[in-house]
Amino acid sequence: MTVLNKREFLIVATGAAAVALAGMPTIALGAEKADKRIAEFLGGATPSEGGLSLEMPEIAENGNTVPLTVRVDGEATADRYAESVLILADGNPEPGVATFHFSALSGTQEASTRMRLAKTQNVIAVAKMNDGSFMRTDNLVKVTIGGCGG
Amino acid sequence: MSKPRVKIPSSAAAGEIITIKTLITHKMESGQRKDKQGKPIPRMIINSFECTFNGQRVFSCDLEPAISANPYLQFNARVPESGEFEFVWKDDEGSVFSDKKKITVA
Repeated sequence: MTVLNKREFLIVATGAAAVALAGMPTIALGAEKADKRIAEFLGGATPSEGGLSLEMPEIAENGNTVPLTVRVDGEATADRYAESVLILADGNPEPGVATFHFSALSGTQEASTRMRLAKTQNVIAVAKMNDGSFMRTDNLVKVTIGGCGG
Repeated sequence: MSKPRVKIPSSAAAGEIITIKTLITHKMESGQRKDKQGKPIPRMIINSFECTFNGQRVFSCDLEPAISANPYLQFNARVPESGEFEFVWKDDEGSVFSDKKKITVA
C-alpha cells in the first residue's frame, strides 16, 4: 500500500502519464535475459570496446524518463555506418529498450531518447557495423526514484 | 490522438549535417502495469520510427516498452540537396502517424 501511494504521488508530481513497473524479477534474471539478447545479436562475434559511447546521467532522478544518447565514432559513409545499435537495460522487467539504425545519410551517428529505468542497473549498447564488426559499451545508472527504488 | 512534432532547420548548406528533434504524444503502455483489480494492462506502444529524405532512409528506430511515454527521438542527417524529410511512426495496433518537412539547400 505504501509503495502504491508513493507511485500515485509521483504521477501527480510529474504530471505525466507515469508508468509504474510492477512485479520485478530478480537482478540475475534481468541480466540473463539481457545476455541472451546480446548473444543473439552478436551471432557468435566478439564485440570490441571503444568507438561506441553511451551518455546517461550518473544518477537518474526520475526512473520514468532518463535521457540517453548513444554515439558511434566517425561520420557515416556509404562504406562504413552503424547498421544497428541495440540498447538494453539489465535490471528492467524486460531488457529491450530500442534499436537504432543509422545509414550513409546519417552524418554523425548519434541518437538521443528518453527511457524508463525500474531501478539502478546497467544500460548496455551493442553496435553492429555494416562490415559485420561489433562494439559494446556498458553504463551503470543509479536510479533514485524508480519502480522499485534505488 | 498521437500528435507528432518535428523540429528541423528550414535551410542548410549542401552536405551539411543537421540535427532533427522529434516528439510524438503516446502513452507507451508498457504491459507491466496492473489495473486496480490486479489485471495486467495490455501493452500498447509506438514500436517503430523511420525518417527518410527524398525517399531514402536516413535513420530508423525500433522502440520497445522501456522507451518513456511521449517518445523523444533526436538524430542527425546529412543534407545533400533541397528536398523533403518524411517521418513515420507506427504503433502495436498498426496505426500510422506521419509528418513531412521541406528543407532548402541554398
